[in-house]
Amino acid sequence: MFNTVFPYLLSGISVGGQYALIAIGYTMVYGILRLINFAHGDVFMVAGIIMVYMVASGVVPLWLCIPLVLVLTAAIGFVIERVAYKPLRTAPRMSAMISAIGVSYTLQNLVLYITGGLNQIYPTIPWISGSVTIFGATTKMVTVITPVLTLVLVIALVFLINHTKIGMAMRAVSKDFETSQLMGININFVISATFVIGTFLAGVASLLYFTNYTTVIQTSGAMPGLKAFVAAVFGGIGSIPGAVVGAFIIGIAENIIKGLDIILFKAGLLKGPAGLATFSDAFTFALLIIILAVKPTGLFGEKTTDKV
Amino acid sequence: MKQVIALILALLLMVPAFAMAETDKVVKIGVFEPASGDSGAGGKQEMLGMQYANLETPTVEIGGETYKVELVYADNGSSTDKAPSAAQLLVSSGVSVILGSYGSGVSIAGSEYFKEANIPAIGVTCTNPQVTAGNSHYFRVCFLDPFQGTVLANYAYSELGATVAYSLGELGNDYDQGLCTYFGQAFEALGGTVIHEDFPTNTADFTSYLTNAANYGASVFFCPVSIAYSTQIVQQAASQGAAFPILGGDTLDSNVVSNAAKGTNVDVVVTTFYQEGANEAFDTGFKAWLGEDSEAMTNNGGNDIIAGVTAMGYDAYYVALEALKAAGSTDSKAVMEALPGVTYDGVSGHIEFDETGDAVRNAAYVKKVNTETGDWEFVTEQTVG
Repeated sequence: MFNTVFPYLLSGISVGGQYALIAIGYTMVYGILRLINFAHGDVFMVAGIIMVYMVASGVVPLWLCIPLVLVLTAAIGFVIERVAYKPLRTAPRMSAMISAIGVSYTLQNLVLYITGGLNQIYPTIPWISGSVTIFGATTKMVTVITPVLTLVLVIALVFLINHTKIGMAMRAVSKDFETSQLMGININFVISATFVIGTFLAGVASLLYFTNYTTVIQTSGAMPGLKAFVAAVFGGIGSIPGAVVGAFIIGIAENIIKGLDIILFKAGLLKGPAGLATFSDAFTFALLIIILAVKPTGLFGEKTTDKV
Repeated sequence: MKQVIALILALLLMVPAFAMAETDKVVKIGVFEPASGDSGAGGKQEMLGMQYANLETPTVEIGGETYKVELVYADNGSSTDKAPSAAQLLVSSGVSVILGSYGSGVSIAGSEYFKEANIPAIGVTCTNPQVTAGNSHYFRVCFLDPFQGTVLANYAYSELGATVAYSLGELGNDYDQGLCTYFGQAFEALGGTVIHEDFPTNTADFTSYLTNAANYGASVFFCPVSIAYSTQIVQQAASQGAAFPILGGDTLDSNVVSNAAKGTNVDVVVTTFYQEGANEAFDTGFKAWLGEDSEAMTNNGGNDIIAGVTAMGYDAYYVALEALKAAGSTDSKAVMEALPGVTYDGVSGHIEFDETGDAVRNAAYVKKVNTETGDWEFVTEQTVG
């Protein structure tokens, strides 16, 4: 039984870790700006495209490409915030959201123009692309590294938020935007820092994700972005541990459901294939609806108190 | 003064008209192909065949006059919701005949717009029977999925010795689902068992489906999916150490796929329309053109391996020219009436149409990837009576 379930669990934990890294970007930006940054999934995709072109150019050695891609991705996040969101700081919240959708389409079409719509094969990063066998299941090294790296990064991030000055400023801004401004916090710096951290993590996610699923096209960011957003809502948007837990649950649930047929079949509960794998996404989103119906603020969401 | 200026402007407008009259007459052929999306790579390779043919034969004799052939492009984006606007673009630009598309779903989605405008279409590599069934304006130069599915099932059962097959298709994709069904019917008729599963659009993670196939004890993995998905499947199968060969239809016959399999232990076997080496003149000419034109080289995936769809695009262009000659006019209705009688000997074999508008074909080539060099190797030519 364990041998049957384990490979699905492994895929689920790996993809869950990648969703988690993207979901943190959504949840942090929401926590501070109350903005759903729809362009986040596309930044993740752009990080993949930059890696493809940087390695293909042959100018930069591979070991240098990885930090360079991360720095460039964080820079893109910074620029997007300054160009598309900062001028709308005092505008109604809906305007910034529409602007985010605009950025999303701009990035997708820019990549469509550059790649000509052809799928690009992601470069092979040595060691993490190698095969490894654990408990009889063969997979890529990256599958094993992802959850570990995700946890390390999350712990570092939680430390940053709870024990540093900038972290304290972030918490203050997310509690009350205007008061923290009055207390002398440089809002623009805090917001930029949030975007830089969020997109940096999306860059790490893109390295892990595309090493596993090696094709990058302009729509590659759409599905992981959507799933990560769902994970953030699932865990309670605004909460970092919530986003991580939500992402792992969604990643594991969707992979288990893909293999549910055969698992039930081997357990003797099903006589033959029932075609449940078709509904892997439907199950995931149904799960979201159920959780939200029971607990509208998500798993770890704060209670909303209406100010009178 | 204003009137003088207006008059001059009006006269200026007529200059292009005079200029047009002086140059050759032009006949437009519509190219209804995906240049973006999941099938963008395949669509571009198919277009390369047409572009090369157009370069080779840029003019055609219609009714005793020489016409210059102009290709009009419309990108259907590999998706059935973008196909109608691409189809309307071609209709409104006044084309005499349409070539395409790569992918059966988009061909079906564009079909009714061509029908309304009385413009005939020649399907190049859309293999689903529904494309030409029940209409008189859609023709096609390639073989059909019931045939292709049977060839693949025979190959899997007799040559690979498989008794359990796993088939995987994209939800809502006419081509995938059709071919999986025909494969399943033929394979079960031979005495095998087929397990079929579907994946949603935009899936990147196929590891669980590969695990399923292994758990069901499948000895062949049949996935006639778009190129973008198939490269993922091949690479993930390689990293999982999959023991079964991957079997695919004509969509997988692309150097993008063979590149993905290069350096792995995965066997990739496909059926296709054309085997490199079947027509020496076409092969060398086409490769020489790719060597000169760097953009064409990029669109071919960065090397000069000839995809089956390229040869089909080349043949389809010449079939269109034959139809224009036979019609003796650039009127699309006349071309449509002339098409059923057209016969042509192309690089992919003899082409003539049956009463539904399908090419009469009974042979398909089976190829597999040489995982050391990343080239396609000829396996056998499979015929079904």
